[in-house]
Amino acid sequence: MRRTPETRPHYHFKPWNVGRWVLWGLFALVLAVAPLLWSSGFALTMLSQMGIAIIACLAYNILLGQGGMLSFGHAVYTGLGSFLAIHTLNMVADGRLSLPVSLVPLAGAAGGLFFAALLGYVTTKKAGTTFAMITLGIGELVWSMSLMIPEFFGGEGGISGNRVVGAPVLGISFGPQLQVYYLIAVYCFISTALMFALTRTPLGRMLNAVRDNPERVEFVGYNTQRVRYIAFMISGLFSGVAGGLAAINFELVTAEVVGAGRSGAYLLFVFLGGATFFFGPIIGAVLMVVALVLLSELTQAWLLYLGLIFVFMVMYAPGGISSLIMMNLRVAAFGKLRPLLGSYLALAGTAATILVGAGAMIEMVYHLQLNEALGPELRFMGTTLNAHGFDSWFGAVFVLVVGVGLFELARRQFTRQWGVTQEEIEREIKRREAAI
Amino acid sequence: MDQLLINVLNGVSAGLLLFMLSSGLTLIFSMMGVLNFAHASFYMLGAYFAYSLSRAVGFWPALVLAPLLVGAMGAFFERTALRRVHKFGHVPELLITFGLSFVILELVKLIWGLSSMNFPPPELLQGPAFTVMQSDAHGLGLAWGAAPADRCASTAAAVMHCSTFPATRFFMMVMALFMLVSLWLLLTRTRIGLVIQAALTHAEAVEALGHNVPRVFMLVFGSGCALAGLAGVIGGVTFVTEPSMATIVGSIIFVVVVVGGMGSLAGAFVASILIGLLQTLPLTVDKSLVHLAASLGWAVAPGDLGYPLMKITLAQAAPILPYLLLVLILIFRPKGLLGTREG
Repeated sequence: MRRTPETRPHYHFKPWNVGRWVLWGLFALVLAVAPLLWSSGFALTMLSQMGIAIIACLAYNILLGQGGMLSFGHAVYTGLGSFLAIHTLNMVADGRLSLPVSLVPLAGAAGGLFFAALLGYVTTKKAGTTFAMITLGIGELVWSMSLMIPEFFGGEGGISGNRVVGAPVLGISFGPQLQVYYLIAVYCFISTALMFALTRTPLGRMLNAVRDNPERVEFVGYNTQRVRYIAFMISGLFSGVAGGLAAINFELVTAEVVGAGRSGAYLLFVFLGGATFFFGPIIGAVLMVVALVLLSELTQAWLLYLGLIFVFMVMYAPGGISSLIMMNLRVAAFGKLRPLLGSYLALAGTAATILVGAGAMIEMVYHLQLNEALGPELRFMGTTLNAHGFDSWFGAVFVLVVGVGLFELARRQFTRQWGVTQEEIEREIKRREAAI
Repeated sequence: MDQLLINVLNGVSAGLLLFMLSSGLTLIFSMMGVLNFAHASFYMLGAYFAYSLSRAVGFWPALVLAPLLVGAMGAFFERTALRRVHKFGHVPELLITFGLSFVILELVKLIWGLSSMNFPPPELLQGPAFTVMQSDAHGLGLAWGAAPADRCASTAAAVMHCSTFPATRFFMMVMALFMLVSLWLLLTRTRIGLVIQAALTHAEAVEALGHNVPRVFMLVFGSGCALAGLAGVIGGVTFVTEPSMATIVGSIIFVVVVVGGMGSLAGAFVASILIGLLQTLPLTVDKSLVHLAASLGWAVAPGDLGYPLMKITLAQAAPILPYLLLVLILIFRPKGLLGTREG
C-alpha cells in the first residue's frame, strides 16, 4: 500500500486523562472499601448482589445503549450462564473437573457466549422493533424449555451447589461471604474496565454508528448484521460472567433466572439509570438491588410505583438518571445552578405531596384487598388511616389534588427558568468559541 | 374422526381469537410504527371490565360497553403519553407501552385481587353449540346443541361417539369472523378507511390534504385497543379471568405478528390460524421422538445421549412450538409469511 501523508504514523502530544484515572481509582476504592464501611451480613449480601447486577446491567447496555437493540430476553444469557456455572461447580465438587472456584464464573461466561452465538444469530437478523419481539420470543422459548428439561434446569427446586470445594487457594475457601464479595468486586472491576474499553475500540464506534444510522453504515461497506451479532455475543459473554458469579453467590439456581420478569427488570433499571451514558447502568444496578431487596419489604405495591416512575421517566426524562445528572453538571460547570435550586426544592416538595396523597390511596386499596381480616385500619407514614372511613379518603384525595396543582405551577416555573438558563449557556459557549 | 374435527375447530377458534388481538396490533403497528406492548393488557382489561359490568347490567350490554371503555382508555393513553414520546423515536414508544403493561397489571391486581374471577358465560352460551356424532354404521352426523342421550348411546348395531363443541368457542368464531368482515369493509369501503389506508403510507400528504392525521392515529389506537377489549370479553368467559391472562397471550401475539409479516393484516390472519392450530392439535399427541425412533427400529434407552430431549412428548412440547416456528421463519423467510417489508 502506498503511504499517503494522511496514513503515515504521526505523533502528537497526548496528555494523561487525569479525570479518567481519578474516576477509575475512585471506583476501585469504593469497591474495596464498601464492605469495611457496611460490614453487617445483610449489607454484604446486598453489596455482592450489586456487584453482580452492575456487570449484568452494563452488559445489557452494550445492546440497549450502545447498539440501540431493545432486548426483552436478556435474562436468558445471564440465566444460562448461571446454570452452566453451577453445573461446573458440581462437577468440580464431584472431582470430575479440576478448576479453582474463582474461575467458575468463566464457565458461566463461556455459557453466555455460546448461547448468545447460537440464539443471537437468529435474533440479530433484524433490528429495531422486530429485534425486540424476537428476543421476547426467544426468552419465552428458553423459559418453556426450562420446564421441559428438568435434567438440566432442575425443575421446580432448581440446581443447588456448594462453593466451598477443593483445597483453599492462598487460604481463600469462599466460605465467608466477604471472600465471595471480593471475588465479585474483582470480576466487576475487570468487566467494567473491559466494557468501557470496548466503547473506545473501532468495533464500539461502529456499534454506535449502526445504532444511529444503519443505512449509512451499509453504504460505507460494513455489514450491520455482523456488527450487531458480534456486540450481541460480547454482551452474552459478560452476562455469563454475571450469571456465574450469581451461581457462586447464591449456591442455588432456579428456572426463574431465565424468566421474563428478570429480563424486564434489567430493561427497566438500565433505562432508569440511563442508557445514554456508560455509567448509567451502574446507577440502575444499584437501584435494582435496593428496590428488589428494600422496597419490596417496605410496601406491597412497589411494582406499581416502579411502573409509574418508569412511565413518567420515559415521558419526561428519556435519558434516565445519568442524563439528569450530566445536564445539571453542565449547568453547574457554567455556575448557573444556584438560581435553579429554589425551583428544585419546590418540585421536590410538591412531588413528595403527590406521593403522600397517591401513596395513601394505593396503600388503602391494597390493604382492603389483601389484609381485610386485620380490620380497616393501617399504618401509613406514622399515622393511622381508616380504609373504610370517609375522612381518610377525603384527606388523601385532597392532598393529591393540592400536590398535583402545586406541582404543575412549580413545573411551569422550572421549565421557564431551565429554558432561560440553557439559552444563557449556549450564548456563553458561542462567546467562548468566538474568543478563540 | 369426530374428536379430530372438534380439535381442529378448537384450534381454529383459538386462532381467530388470536387474530382479534393481532389485527389491532398490526393495524397500530403499520400505521404508527408503534408496537403496542400493552396490547395484551388491554385484552385483560376488557375481561375484567366485562366481569364487573356484567354483574351490574348483564353480559350482553357489557359485551358492548367494556370494549368501548377499553378503547377510550387506549385513545386517552395515545393522546396524553404516546404522542408525547413520539418525537423521541420508536424505542421510547415501545418502552412506554412496556411500562404501561406493568402499571395495568399491577392496577388489576390492586383492584380485583390475585385470584381468578368467577365469570361464567350467559345462559345462551352455556353448554355445547353442536355435537358431532360418529357411528360405525352411519358415518358422521351433526346436531345443534347437546345431542339427545339416546342418539349418543351405542347400540348393538353400531358404536357411537359423540363430541361436543362449546357454545362460547362457537360464539368466539362468529364474533371474530364478523369483526374480520366489518374491519375489511371499514378499511376498503368507507371514507375514513381510505384516509387510514392513505395515512399508512403517506401521512404527510394526507395531512396536507386537510385531514387531522394525529386524530386518525388516536382513533386507530383506540379502535385497536377496543378490539383487544372485545377479544378480552370473549376470552374471559371462555377461559379464565385472572391477572396472568395478559402474559399468556402477550408473547404469542407478537409471534403471530412477526410470523405473519410485520404490518400485514392478511399475514396476521394466516399466522393466527396457523399458531392456533399449532397450540391446540399437538396437545392430543402423546408421542415423543423415542416412539418415532422405536417405530423406525432404533431403540433409545434411558441413559443414552440426548434421551432427556428425545423423551419429551409432542403434548409437552406444544407451548414451545410457536416460538420454534418463529425461529424457523426468521431463518428461512425473514420478512414473514406474507410480509412485504424487510425490517
